[in-house]
Amino acid sequence: MSVQRSTVIFAWILLLPAVLYVTVIVAYPLVDTFILSFTDASLKKTTNWVGWANYDKIFNSTFAEVIVRTFVWTFFSVSIKMIVGVFGATMLNAAVPGRALFRVLTMPPWIVPMAIGIFMWGWMYNGQFGMISGMLQNWGIVDGPVAFLARGSTAFWATIITDVWIGVPLVTLYMLAAMQAIPQDLYEAAWTDGAGRFYRFRRITLPLLIPSMITMSMLSLIATFNSFDIIWILTQGGPNGETTTMIIDTYRTAIGSKKYGEGAARAVLICIFLSIFCLAYFRVTSRLAQGDSR
Amino acid sequence: MTQPAMINRYRWYELIAIYAGIFVFLAFILSPFVEGFLVSLKPLGLLFSSPYKFWPENGSFDAYRTMWVSVPGFARYIFNSFFISTIVTAIVLVLVVPSAYAFARFKFRGSGPLLAAFLAVNMFSGAVLLIPLFRLMRTLGVLNTYFAMIVPGVAFLIPSAIWLLRTYMMRIPRELDEAAFVDGASHFYTLRRVILPIAMPGITVVAITTFIGSYAQQFIFALTFNSKTEYMPLPIGLYAYFGRQEVIWNELMAASFVGIAPAVILIFLMQRYLVAGLTAGAVKQ
Repeated sequence: MSVQRSTVIFAWILLLPAVLYVTVIVAYPLVDTFILSFTDASLKKTTNWVGWANYDKIFNSTFAEVIVRTFVWTFFSVSIKMIVGVFGATMLNAAVPGRALFRVLTMPPWIVPMAIGIFMWGWMYNGQFGMISGMLQNWGIVDGPVAFLARGSTAFWATIITDVWIGVPLVTLYMLAAMQAIPQDLYEAAWTDGAGRFYRFRRITLPLLIPSMITMSMLSLIATFNSFDIIWILTQGGPNGETTTMIIDTYRTAIGSKKYGEGAARAVLICIFLSIFCLAYFRVTSRLAQGDSR
Repeated sequence: MTQPAMINRYRWYELIAIYAGIFVFLAFILSPFVEGFLVSLKPLGLLFSSPYKFWPENGSFDAYRTMWVSVPGFARYIFNSFFISTIVTAIVLVLVVPSAYAFARFKFRGSGPLLAAFLAVNMFSGAVLLIPLFRLMRTLGVLNTYFAMIVPGVAFLIPSAIWLLRTYMMRIPRELDEAAFVDGASHFYTLRRVILPIAMPGITVVAITTFIGSYAQQFIFALTFNSKTEYMPLPIGLYAYFGRQEVIWNELMAASFVGIAPAVILIFLMQRYLVAGLTAGAVKQ
């Protein structure tokens, strides 16, 4: 009994530093955001309680549009990431010479400082002299320069492609690991029965990958929803706010215009969405884990 | 039995399809780096001329020399990036090693929800918490110091580090702890003398991934909480040049390549650990 108790006390002593740290740096600010969202906090010395006024303002502004745009942006980014990632993993899983090197070459976008990868894309998207516009002109696909980041429709997709590029390595390596965890004898049994390579992929690999795909797309959803650096560096949410997502809008309001209260209200909305994703993620993964053990 | 070998034998057209697929995939991944590198070799005049030329004619490494003059703080930025990442990694390890051990070994009331709460931190990016963090940093008086970037950076790297190390420690046989305990060793002694040495490879992996994560993600906190040039990490230092009217692209790219060189070298040296680190927590969720 006393051994039990001393064990529990010891466990808590071990946990205490990390728990305290996260409480001060994450949990307390989370609560503070919530409180601030009901005030008119700004650079002024005094702060007044304003009730739901900030939320009223949000819903009477273009923010609804921003929410929809965020979801569309996230949806396409996550879907393309998953498709490219599963494709890449399938290719890298093939037992061909050089695959160890190919795997290493997959990593750079994920490992180099994000901002630097984004600078490179910034140049590629340059309308006058960038690679993409230049190549398209040289091949005669477009007539004049295309300034990808200067027009809303192209800027929207340009930021998505860059986000995909940064996210793909993780998805690929994760899916590759999942593929390699599939027992080899399943393939051998199917092979003995005369099943072709494509049939084996469709009937063994894909079905067994579904749990990992679900897990990864939900993790990816959360990360993508939070994406800030890419849009901020490439367009700062422009042109005409056509790449402004919820995070960008929050940053603009809170840090740019110093309207802490209104910014906090936006942040609270983001937190609500994230909590929903997060709950869904925990439910789905725990259900998948149960399915495993059955 | 030759079965496993036979099953993996490809016909010539299958091989071509696979290599073509790999080529397309890697072209997408690597083209910004290839283009960025070629840009760093091109003289500015060639860069700003049309039609577009992919290969640098009369290319040179001049930009790698002149950038030190154009970006005066460059060496300092790289040092700052390394310095911040090193301190962040050290703090993360101090916080995470004991808690990962607690989560791996002890079942007590509330341990499950607590672990879930830690993982939930991963879901919130710093961007959502910027406003109160800004006020907190101001209250602590650390705005415009290294700490303004280190303190929040640590918090968001703790969850995945705990998860990774916990997974590793759960694989260490429990009998080792029990044997030490039966011999009269205290909990603390067991952790320090029995578990830590065995867990060293796992701790190394966590240290590497944390360092790289910290090195790669120095943007938003540095952008918001620090305005002093002498403390800027590399991405923010270069961002100032990226945002100018006349961007000196070849020098910016040269500086970027010098800046990412340490990370790339690290990848090639540590790639086995990296993949292990990534996949440990991943598949057996």
